[in-house]
Amino acid sequence: MSLNRKYIPIVVTILLFIVMFTAGSFRYTGFFSLQVLMNLLVDNAFLLITAVGMSFVILSGGIDLSVGSVIALSTMVSASLVQQQGWPPAVVIPLVLLMGAVFGTIMGAIIHYFAIQPFIVTLAGMFLARGLCYVISIDTITIDNTFYTAMAQTRIPLPGGSFLSISAVIAILVVAVAIFTAHYTRFGRNVYALGGSEQSALLMGLPVARTKVLVYTLSGLCSALAGVVFTFYMLSGYGLHAVGFELDTIAAVVIGGTLLTGGVGYVLGTFFGVLIQGVIQTIISFEGTLSSWWTKIVIGLLLFIFILLQRVLSSRRLTLKE
Amino acid sequence: MSVVMKHHLFWPLCVLAALLLFNLCYSPDFFSITVHDGHLYGSLIDILNFGAPLILVAIGMTLVVATKGIDLSVGSIVAISGAIACLSISRGADQNSMGLILTSVLLAAGLSLMLGAWNGLLVSGAGIQPIIATLILMVAGRGIAQLITGGQIITVTSTKYAYIGSGSLAALPFSIFVVALVLVIALLLTRRTALGLFIESVGCNPAASKMSGIRAHLVILAVYVFCGLCAGIAGLLLSSNVSSADGNNAGLWYELDAILAVVIGGTSLNGGRFYLTGTVIGALIIQTLTTTIYMIGVPPEITLVVKACVVLAVCLIQSDTFRAAVAARWKSRHYPAEKEMSRHVS
Repeated sequence: MSLNRKYIPIVVTILLFIVMFTAGSFRYTGFFSLQVLMNLLVDNAFLLITAVGMSFVILSGGIDLSVGSVIALSTMVSASLVQQQGWPPAVVIPLVLLMGAVFGTIMGAIIHYFAIQPFIVTLAGMFLARGLCYVISIDTITIDNTFYTAMAQTRIPLPGGSFLSISAVIAILVVAVAIFTAHYTRFGRNVYALGGSEQSALLMGLPVARTKVLVYTLSGLCSALAGVVFTFYMLSGYGLHAVGFELDTIAAVVIGGTLLTGGVGYVLGTFFGVLIQGVIQTIISFEGTLSSWWTKIVIGLLLFIFILLQRVLSSRRLTLKE
Repeated sequence: MSVVMKHHLFWPLCVLAALLLFNLCYSPDFFSITVHDGHLYGSLIDILNFGAPLILVAIGMTLVVATKGIDLSVGSIVAISGAIACLSISRGADQNSMGLILTSVLLAAGLSLMLGAWNGLLVSGAGIQPIIATLILMVAGRGIAQLITGGQIITVTSTKYAYIGSGSLAALPFSIFVVALVLVIALLLTRRTALGLFIESVGCNPAASKMSGIRAHLVILAVYVFCGLCAGIAGLLLSSNVSSADGNNAGLWYELDAILAVVIGGTSLNGGRFYLTGTVIGALIIQTLTTTIYMIGVPPEITLVVKACVVLAVCLIQSDTFRAAVAARWKSRHYPAEKEMSRHVS
């Protein structure tokens, strides 16, 4: 069986996930159950949604550092509007999503039209969104709106006695839509082309400006949606929610096999990248004696391994070309 | 006049002067410096003292940016260095023994050198994009710092160690002398030897500089090692100033402030040119801004919003496209022929 080289990183990711899950199942009693698997989705729904948006940005050759702050801002805006102003959730949620999308659009427009590095622009966006959280309030705003508590507590039963939360279902839907968008629409092909080489995309006559701005809009929208889901999860708005989250997201995308130079990778890989991070956390919580900072160290190590792997693969591809 | 305006320090110094002037208007005793127990006290001294770690980190970052790189891991190195120093001191029998302090400081410096070398090897040896290569240590480093401190805050009771960050020499904070020493060494190395030229040429075009006989790999490695060391010393200053090490929060967001300082100082993120003095002014601007925001009673959290606006403004001014767009708007008359021309030229 000859495996196409472009599938190697994603296959490695999926295998790694299976190996880690199997190892956990052998090591800990009670690990091997459908519920543990489902909890990976339930507990990481917001990471999954953000990472999907980030995948598009990274595929287009950019980076978005503002995602964590936009999540915090979304929780803050929803909490203050619902709780303090008494707005109905049906108005607040679309408003928050719109806010995230507009935020992304503005960043994308600055990146494209003024030719400033995405790193710096989204860094400024990160400061701005985080600062705006504190402008709203520096304290936690707890939400006791019936809609939000219902969203938090609803369990969708699955065969075998396990369950999924509504957030997890939203996340799965987002992944499905993203896979379709990335591989079966014109926009998705434009993103890949843009990440492969912006100049070539321009010469080919692809709408580079529109694609680039849309990619950041999409990422902003996903972050805002993740923020809404995060609000369901935490039932509060707080300016310090999701600090350092952008790195978890980038790590998930990289572990999922997406090349950081853009143009190469799959949304499905990101899905498994998120699951791997979830498995690491689950193993650490099952182990009991390991502390949470091991998560960071292990994720750092995995990042290292995957980046080296990509490096080796891409350099081999270059030599083959020559 | 135009010569003065073209100087790279012109705009940063203007901003700093404007900030200081604003402070003077707001509180007239801003510039007053009092002598107390042989130490100088005053807002200006505070800015220098609290800004010292940032200046150090930013100096290291300047050289990295000059090679078209970026080092995201400095914040984590700050945390690790402070943590290891405090851990080794707290384990000692006599926390005030000079030997113990020296060993701890050397241990921290050595460790940060190694971490810098790790970054450098990934960038120059493995050829990974700098932003990604240093991301690894940024994520894992925070975990390592928490591992060293056990997730808690290690407090030390060593007056000699506290001297590094909060002591004073000749009535000035000791940390200022540390920063001055590092700055002078960096300036001498880059401006009195060919090293600065090497760094700039590697930043412009690594392949071409390699062809002309510069060991580009070695230059890049050295730059990251230096940046790691600077961050390590900054970690020592920070942790000794408060006599404790916090693996969770020490040096958090430092990489961003440092990059901001470098950019304000006029060093372009595209590499190939760097201004160490500009960076120092940039770091001082950030510190003054923070102090100002504290002083006028705005909630400190809004610092972030102000910083965001500053980053954006600085980047927009640096962007050629933006300047061209603004210039075109300001020009009062447009000639059709000229418009036609520029369309073909661009």
